[in-house]
Amino acid sequence: MTEILKLLEEDSRYTPAQIAAMTGKDESEVRNIIKKCEEDHIINGYTALIDWDRTHEEAVTAFIEVKITPQRDDGFDRIAKRIYQYEEVESLYLMSGAFDLAVTVSARSLKDVAQFVSAKLAPIDGVRSTATHFILKKYKDKHRPFQVDPEQEERVLFV
Amino acid sequence: MIEYKNIMSKNVQSLAPSGIRKFFDVLDTMQDAISLGIGEPDFVTPWHIREAGIYSLEQGHTKYTSNAGMTKLREEISKYLDRRFSLKYDPKGQIFVTVGGSEAIDLCVRAMVETGDEVIIPIPSFVCYGPITTMSNGVPVFIETKAENEFRLTAKELEAAITPKTKLVILPFPNNPTGAVMRMEDWKEIAQVLRGTDIMLLSDEIYAELTYGGHHVSPANIPELYERTLLVNGFSKAYAMTGWRLGYVCGPDEILKQMLKIHQYGIMSAPTMSQYAAIDALKDGDVDIERMKESYDHRRKLILKGLRDMGLECFEPRGAFYIFPSIKSTGLTSDEFCTRFLQEERVAVIPGTAFGENGEGFIRISYASSVENIETALERMRNFIGRLK
Repeated sequence: MTEILKLLEEDSRYTPAQIAAMTGKDESEVRNIIKKCEEDHIINGYTALIDWDRTHEEAVTAFIEVKITPQRDDGFDRIAKRIYQYEEVESLYLMSGAFDLAVTVSARSLKDVAQFVSAKLAPIDGVRSTATHFILKKYKDKHRPFQVDPEQEERVLFV
Repeated sequence: MIEYKNIMSKNVQSLAPSGIRKFFDVLDTMQDAISLGIGEPDFVTPWHIREAGIYSLEQGHTKYTSNAGMTKLREEISKYLDRRFSLKYDPKGQIFVTVGGSEAIDLCVRAMVETGDEVIIPIPSFVCYGPITTMSNGVPVFIETKAENEFRLTAKELEAAITPKTKLVILPFPNNPTGAVMRMEDWKEIAQVLRGTDIMLLSDEIYAELTYGGHHVSPANIPELYERTLLVNGFSKAYAMTGWRLGYVCGPDEILKQMLKIHQYGIMSAPTMSQYAAIDALKDGDVDIERMKESYDHRRKLILKGLRDMGLECFEPRGAFYIFPSIKSTGLTSDEFCTRFLQEERVAVIPGTAFGENGEGFIRISYASSVENIETALERMRNFIGRLK
């Protein structure tokens, strides 16, 4: 299973037939393993890595540190759930250290992010403080550098 | 006017130039062409290794090292060979650092071979062994390994090739271009054949780390063969460090002492920056080796299945990153196949004949390329072969 997951993480476009060939398994076996992983929420979706800066779309991403007061019984989970259900929230992590939740938010403009923080995030019961950092440039995501050097070097002819 | 060809070394002039150039010249003029011809990892050297090289420059380590290479590097090589292959070599006299495995091969042959000595070379194999032997006035004696033996060198074949003039046997395993590997039992049989002779072995193990579905076995792992083995390895293939030009040779002190003289006069010392990077590679690079090997292994299986599915007879390669299918069923020669495949489908692969006469009927495909390239190349080969029928 690990081998299949690693391959899908490397490129989720790999077809079950390709994965079967690469791992020496049966195609139907690969299909079943993937299906089981999807059912068990080990695989939670498939997506593309897009550098929106290279498009004409306006997009802003912010990284927000959130401090919260943990609640009896639920700890951090209930507040986290209230936050991550917003469409704007791209990712949400519980952190150790100086703050509790790391929230990544994407929106069309600075104003939209500001609006989200002041109108939606900050007023949530239990949120003590927020610190918003705007992301200026994305260099790498999911192990993939976003700008690859286009230089083609001269190559040795024959080895 | 000086007629240069009358005064230049006859030996050098007798060497055949690489017949591969024409493929790459054509390739350069093509749009969306795919090359599965180059024998080089498609990975960039892992960053921590590159960083160690850069740091050495920042520290101003820009001078020669000792001729044999840095003590620290030789110690790390010694530990590495023990850790990964259970091979024992003393860093103080049994290991020295060269400019790539290629220099190490050249030195071994030059230190051992005198005029008329025979050097046994199994083919198909990497192109350098024959010419280097010729340059030492030695006589290359080729053994044609067979597909039905999975391109291993058999004890019987070796025995038949040995004469009183045999000085050295080249052992290019894991093999470029076939992907053949030798097993413990193969070496034991070969040890029987060599018992009582003074024949030396040059084991080119540059692809040792890229052995699939089993562990690499060196002839030096066989106690009887240890004393007659000159082991050559390097950083190019295991750590994707081809451009750093760093290799090493291990063997008996007495022989290495003589080889070191040639190295000392011709080279001085291997690049210092590369040596620093290599120390880091040996200390922290085991995980990189595993990661890259796993990736090659996936592609190896993918291409093997693809080629077999289109009806090509194909021995399963157990090492390196090449696959060597038979194209005899197409009725074309290796050269015709590769020339037409490139012209008609824009994919470069290498005719088996580039690696020895018995490579006729085979092609070498490198799978050190992206899955996407491999899939496209397979698709184009299906079209090409389909049209031939």
